[in-house]
Amino acid sequence: MQVLFARHQVRVYRFVLRLVGNQAVAEDLISEVFLDVWRQADRFEGRSAVSTWLLAIARFKALSSMRRKPEEELDEEMAGGIEDSSDDPEVAVQKKDKGAALRKCLQELSPEHREVIDLVYYHEKSVEEVAEIVGIPEATVKTRMFYARKRLSELLKAAGIDRGWP
Amino acid sequence: MNTMNQKMSADDIEALLPWYATGTLDRSEAAQVEAALAADPGLARRLDLVREEMTEAILLNEALGVPSARVMENLFKAIDKERKVARAPVARSGLGSWLADLFTPRAFAFAAAAAVVVIMLQAGIITKLLLQDRVDASYEPQSASTSPTRGFEIGSFALVRFAPQASIADISRFLDSHDAVIVDGPRPGGADGMYRVRVARTYVNKDELERLVREFQSSNLVSMAVPTE
Repeated sequence: MQVLFARHQVRVYRFVLRLVGNQAVAEDLISEVFLDVWRQADRFEGRSAVSTWLLAIARFKALSSMRRKPEEELDEEMAGGIEDSSDDPEVAVQKKDKGAALRKCLQELSPEHREVIDLVYYHEKSVEEVAEIVGIPEATVKTRMFYARKRLSELLKAAGIDRGWP
Repeated sequence: MNTMNQKMSADDIEALLPWYATGTLDRSEAAQVEAALAADPGLARRLDLVREEMTEAILLNEALGVPSARVMENLFKAIDKERKVARAPVARSGLGSWLADLFTPRAFAFAAAAAVVVIMLQAGIITKLLLQDRVDASYEPQSASTSPTRGFEIGSFALVRFAPQASIADISRFLDSHDAVIVDGPRPGGADGMYRVRVARTYVNKDELERLVREFQSSNLVSMAVPTE
């Protein structure tokens, strides 16, 4: 358990933080995630990677936590998102920092799109694993990823960066 | 998923580019994507866009920081509380039994202490080996996924992408002048040119780490630097 916790806590934390947008809430939630893992360890059948199982539990807890909050509080938090001190995309473009503009636009994606992007690019999850974590068909995973990337290109275009795709 | 017998359409292949870039496709799908890339320069350019997105998504997530020690404390407290309440033994099997046996607070405390000693010993040995390896060269790229040292080094770290025009000699001099070493990288799966660099020999606080990263960022040899754990 010590190894499991040490190995996965940072990535699970970052995944939850991207969903809930609040560090204290994310920390509370990952405590709950690992507590659940301790409670439910005998239910783990080894059909998927441990990290996939952890992320699925973490996602369920994060969404449950967000549903418990009053609507106005949730909206405010989601709108605020994670603290980000970087420039807005247009300013970043003016500074010729395409990477910063891309990161800013990644932050501006919808929670649904951010989630699939993070799971694929950062957590390096396969189509099947994303489907398992998010609870959607594999075909929907591919479609969602495509539209997330398309939206990203649109945001970049609005910020003055035309990538020539789609 | 598709098999080798099911030839994918151009749209199907394009949709798989993100997973191709992260190396999470099965062999037959990866082979079909590779064949399409070889035949279509436009698709190869779009793969570059995917890799850009992946690099920045990694940087964005790495910059989110790490959870505080409070998480571990809360976990201990909660488990301790549950064990006190549920005194009756619960039959578990497999991984559950293993975790239940290992994860008593007392056992965990002993395990944690033992783990710290082992990790410190490992870190000492590995750091020594790394430093020995870098007497003649501070540049030593290695695969992040296969690095045996990842997660066990002592110090403070940043993810750094060097400017394309920077030569190995420039980078070596720059790292020497900052008492820094490359400990990992380049990142696999398309995040080309991103290295994990030890920017301080000891753990420094967030402000100091940000100051060091700004110092890196201000060099024209560095195109991007962000703190990492």
